[in-house]
Amino acid sequence: MVEISARRRKGVCRMEIVGDMTIYEALEIKKKLLSSFDKAQEMEVNLSGVSEIDSAGIQLLMLMKMESQRQGKKLRLTAHSEATLKVLDTLSLSAFFGDPVLISADDSPLH
Amino acid sequence: MMSTEMEEAKRLFKQECEELLQAMEEGLLSLECDPKDGDSINSVFRAAHTIKGTAGVFGFDEIVAFTHVVETLLERVRDGVLNVSDDLLVTLLKSGDYLGELVHHTLTEDATPGETLIAQGQLLIDNLNALMGVESSLPDEKMIPVEAPLESAVIVEGGHLVETDNWHISVRFGRDVLRNGMDPLAFFHYLATLGEIVALATLHDDLPEAAEMDPESCYLGFEVDLHSASDREAIERVFEFVRDDCQLHIIPPRSNISNYISLINSLPEDEMRLGEILVRGKALTERELEQVLAQQVQKSDVADPIGRMLVDEAVVDQQVVHAAVDKQVQTRRKKIPEIHSIRVDSSKLDELINLVGELVIAGARSYLLAQRTNNDELLETIAGTSRLVEEIRDNALNLRMVPIGDTFRRFQRVVYDVSKELGKDIQLNIDGAETELDKTVIEKISDPLTHLIRNSMDHGIESAEEREAAGKPAKGTVSLNAYHDSGTIVIEISDDGGGLNRDKILAKALERGMLAANHNLSDREIYRLIFEAGFSTADEVTNLSGRGVGMDVVNRNIAALRGSIDVESTPGQGSTMLIRLPLTLAIIDGFLVGVDDTSYVVPLDLIMECVELTGDENSAIVDHDFINLRGEVLPFIRLREKFSHNGQGRQESLVVVEYAGQRAGLVVDELLGEFQTVIKPLGKIFQSLRGVSGATILGSGDVAVILDVPNLIKQTVVTAGGTLH
Repeated sequence: MVEISARRRKGVCRMEIVGDMTIYEALEIKKKLLSSFDKAQEMEVNLSGVSEIDSAGIQLLMLMKMESQRQGKKLRLTAHSEATLKVLDTLSLSAFFGDPVLISADDSPLH
Repeated sequence: MMSTEMEEAKRLFKQECEELLQAMEEGLLSLECDPKDGDSINSVFRAAHTIKGTAGVFGFDEIVAFTHVVETLLERVRDGVLNVSDDLLVTLLKSGDYLGELVHHTLTEDATPGETLIAQGQLLIDNLNALMGVESSLPDEKMIPVEAPLESAVIVEGGHLVETDNWHISVRFGRDVLRNGMDPLAFFHYLATLGEIVALATLHDDLPEAAEMDPESCYLGFEVDLHSASDREAIERVFEFVRDDCQLHIIPPRSNISNYISLINSLPEDEMRLGEILVRGKALTERELEQVLAQQVQKSDVADPIGRMLVDEAVVDQQVVHAAVDKQVQTRRKKIPEIHSIRVDSSKLDELINLVGELVIAGARSYLLAQRTNNDELLETIAGTSRLVEEIRDNALNLRMVPIGDTFRRFQRVVYDVSKELGKDIQLNIDGAETELDKTVIEKISDPLTHLIRNSMDHGIESAEEREAAGKPAKGTVSLNAYHDSGTIVIEISDDGGGLNRDKILAKALERGMLAANHNLSDREIYRLIFEAGFSTADEVTNLSGRGVGMDVVNRNIAALRGSIDVESTPGQGSTMLIRLPLTLAIIDGFLVGVDDTSYVVPLDLIMECVELTGDENSAIVDHDFINLRGEVLPFIRLREKFSHNGQGRQESLVVVEYAGQRAGLVVDELLGEFQTVIKPLGKIFQSLRGVSGATILGSGDVAVILDVPNLIKQTVVTAGGTLH
């Protein structure tokens, strides 16, 4: 289950994803992300509400990143939830996205 | 989001685990007798390993972590580094129990385990580690640092060994991995339990443009560097479930540089990029990379089949996977040479049996109606249909038949635990494991059997000193046996202990006023007194038995199954409990008899013969209750009297029945012929009615009562002159 909200102001689309970003929601998320992205020059996705994210979910975020590069637009991921941070860490994707990421002191990676 | 498929997969996993834990327990118990038995060690190891694997795919980290320690210990046992000791077995048995609880908790509570459970687990882990001689900070002289073996299969000329201490794993999972219910993340989590993931790079070169991208496909590739003391096999096993569908390359530490050349060759991504990833992950040094890239130029020239052979792991012949759990089951089935079987919900089976029962009744009705017509063709067809219905009935009932061996084998653990509790050395022998029983009967017989076994161990088998003094082996034996005997199944529980003390039993019975002083009971009947409520000659009430509540409950449970229990005993040598049970609870082959307009069904298996009583035979009646049958004096019952029919009736026939070696006769008006029927239970009102065990519906629509022959036979003995009430 996932809820995706989008607000657009001055060409910047602010999206918020609340719930699961797994293979079950993947199709829905892809549609919403892309359609919102089409109409904006810049997109910011707030991930604080992401409770569960799997490879399908992270793949979609990667797709969005690549689309932003292809279309010459900006994409920012913010307020990464703990679940998101873990996946970013496991797959070493922080550099790929390039967003500043807050890691707390006792977050340990895989082991 | 919890889908029904996930729930189903979890349920299957739980079932799997239960079976695996059972197998593990059996293996451990056989190791008690033969600590060097390779087969048992392997089966215990396999069980632990499989549980760990599937738990890993589901992401049940606690189960994985615990099983990992167990598996590590078992690996050492398997490699001959660690010996099987008593302590080891006890700890492993406890670990198996703990795993069962952990699995149950994780799957039914769907939560992380609570503090007590974790503490329990930690204690066991400490014990397991202690057994392995693993101290957390102290260097152990016995520990030899295990180095990953160099690839001895490498015979490539030239080149040199790379410096890296790490395994390099390259994996491209394949488009369908996500659809198949798996997640690369889970694999990496599991991989991390083998060591430390030093570096992991995610490649997205295959990710297409948005319009073409299928959100349920996986386009990602991964290059992983792992620091681990495991061997190649262990690392390969992590990817067991995706072996077929993914591209997997595993390069061990300090291997030949040509492996990396071949790797870069076979991967789709650009070599500079791959090189960069390898250096960043420290799989290669800068210098080594230069060498690799230099050689890449010649890649069209260099055939290097050996290199490819090395790196490209042969894909094992396995079936294509659609869900991790399915694959788990299938692979396991291939390793175990068993007959193909499928799981069926037992409620579905019950439904089927019910319908078959109705079919049998409907068939009987058709047959009856057909008989009234003069249509031979119709009669023939109906007869043919009836035969088919009979076959279906037999087949359906057979589906419920389960070998009793599984139940018997579970008692090994009971015997193991109880013998430790009692401080006696007792072994369990099993015979007739392949004997089949109706599954409902097996479920209900388990508790009585447990009690009888405990009883034998507690009261039957003497202490080691007593046994030696009597010239018996110090080790006591309890035996379980099962076999078919004329329409019933017999289960024997015997022990080579001291046997029942006839005098003690008699004394107690007299003391309690259960017997008159001038009784004339046979030894056998005296032994049977132990099944009376509250009866116990145990001097000591132990934890296990002696309270006198056990045996009569056993008796009642068995009676509820329409069975009976008997005792044979030889003082000083041992005793045997014989439980007799009907083969099936559902359908019966019967013989219809009539008194006035009422029909009664006698179970066909128990009928010895039918005799027509002419005037002469009637006068052969010795006294009111006995008849002379070819020189044999046979007690009998008049069904007319028994079931309170009025009047005299014709009383023309005698049905001779036998059960458990005792014969009796039933006097009826008419013999009506063979008749197969479904047993319908009688309502509660009739529970206390003795001599009747159920009812059925005839083809005519009338109700016929099914006679409880064993009970009736007992009654004839009673009325014939015993003093038992």
